[in-house]
Amino acid sequence: MSPEVRTTRRGRTRPARYRAVQWPMVLWLTLVWWVLWGSYSALSLVGGVLVAVAACWVFPLPPLRMRVRLHPVGLVVLVVRFAVDVVVASLQVARTTLFPPDPLRNSLVEVRLRTESDLVLTAVAELVSLVPGTVVVEAHRGSHTLFLHAIDTDAAGVEAVRSMVWAQEARVLAAVGREGVPPEPTR
Amino acid sequence: MSQVLDVTGAVLVLLGSVLSLVAGIGLVRLPDLLTRMHAATKPQVLGLVLVTGGLALVLRDGSTTLLLGLVVVAQLLTIPVASHMVARASWRGGQVRHDLLDVDELTGSSTLQEDRGAP
Repeated sequence: MSPEVRTTRRGRTRPARYRAVQWPMVLWLTLVWWVLWGSYSALSLVGGVLVAVAACWVFPLPPLRMRVRLHPVGLVVLVVRFAVDVVVASLQVARTTLFPPDPLRNSLVEVRLRTESDLVLTAVAELVSLVPGTVVVEAHRGSHTLFLHAIDTDAAGVEAVRSMVWAQEARVLAAVGREGVPPEPTR
Repeated sequence: MSQVLDVTGAVLVLLGSVLSLVAGIGLVRLPDLLTRMHAATKPQVLGLVLVTGGLALVLRDGSTTLLLGLVVVAQLLTIPVASHMVARASWRGGQVRHDLLDVDELTGSSTLQEDRGAP
């Protein structure tokens, strides 16, 4: 994933500039500002927009290079499944914490995602570190690989962790659209 | 009706506090940093969600509920990043107890030799 480059009229290449102010970000920051302010007046709305634009200007972020097309059904499945998983995972880790098996064996699992998208990599990493007994130790952007530390997992459970991450990825893809998915699943 | 909400809210706050307590116990009892990050992320997040949910039921105020929702969203977004940064720092700093690992696919992984595309 090299940075996007643009060729100038003289034939030289340089990194493409991106717009610092992106409207979804401004919308979200304004909403946060409004909620934090507590009084839902026009004045706080205007103030929120100004602060949001200023924040985007000062701390620019690169745009997502993926066209996100939300699928309502996939999104509902993702959110509901996530909510259930959060409860299950929390109780599991709580049990491991209170009654640690002896010996407590953990594993570091390498999972190569099938999608070449930074957004999917980020989303899966976020979800996976909240949901099952895993913490992301390393993320390799070039090959879209996550290295996960799985608690209370021995050699027999490694494949289960891998397929669980791929299932999570599939749910994310079903929610945000399959843009950026190679035709053949690469492993 | 309001009594039911009050009691449900109180029960949720209590459950959330218990889970947060478990997270605290885990930080003390678990053997190394990576396993401790598990305790610091999962039961703690559900604990916070339950406490905020309980508060929303007890307070029953629209603007407060929105604020509590914002707290939950911020927590869900930042906890994985924070735990990843701590775990990565400990890994790169060599502060990992390899005797607790049954399978280790990270040490010497050929993937790390490929172009990173990012730090």
